[in-house]
Amino acid sequence: MNQVLLLAANFALGCFVLGMVLAVYRLSTGPTMADRVLALDTMYINGMLILLTLGLRFDSPLYFDIALLICIFGFVGSVAMAKFLLRGEVIEP
Amino acid sequence: MMPDLPVWAAGVIALLLVIAGFFALTGSLGLLRLPDFYSRIHAPTLGNTLASFCLVVSILVAASFVEHRFVAHSLLVSFFLIITSPVTAMLLMRAAIKRQLRHELGEKDNAQTKG
Repeated sequence: MNQVLLLAANFALGCFVLGMVLAVYRLSTGPTMADRVLALDTMYINGMLILLTLGLRFDSPLYFDIALLICIFGFVGSVAMAKFLLRGEVIEP
Repeated sequence: MMPDLPVWAAGVIALLLVIAGFFALTGSLGLLRLPDFYSRIHAPTLGNTLASFCLVVSILVAASFVEHRFVAHSLLVSFFLIITSPVTAMLLMRAAIKRQLRHELGEKDNAQTKG
């Protein structure tokens, strides 16, 4: 039964990597700036999912903390970029 | 390497992993295929939130079986994502609407000054 689990983890990893590739395509050819920020948002979430799956596959507790950090800092980066698109500056006086 | 799990737990974890991969791929495919930004923003936010929830539940099941007790720390990721994903989507949508309005106003001004 462990073989099935390994196969499923590999399938999920392949799906996440493919999603990341599609997000990179949208990041490079997005028509508007908001498209590019959305693609970057999708990319960090996909990377976080890859880290979580690796943590399950190799049975290591380290990956989870990295995934949590990516979750928080990716949100901060996306909000900063969206605020920049909205107002033209990030921190207003 | 992975520890030995009972058959039904391994089946549940494998099913959740496959569902998570499928939904993440669907979200990213929607980001690629949909026609304009306002329809494009739906796909990745919804798909990725659901995919991360399925993955987090599978990690919860696996960790609970390994440690022989209920381990819920992996729900933190899903919690943060459920809070932060709508905020990002809302800010991006407002930014896109405002930029489009500004663009249209600029075009109208240009047309008026020319005509």
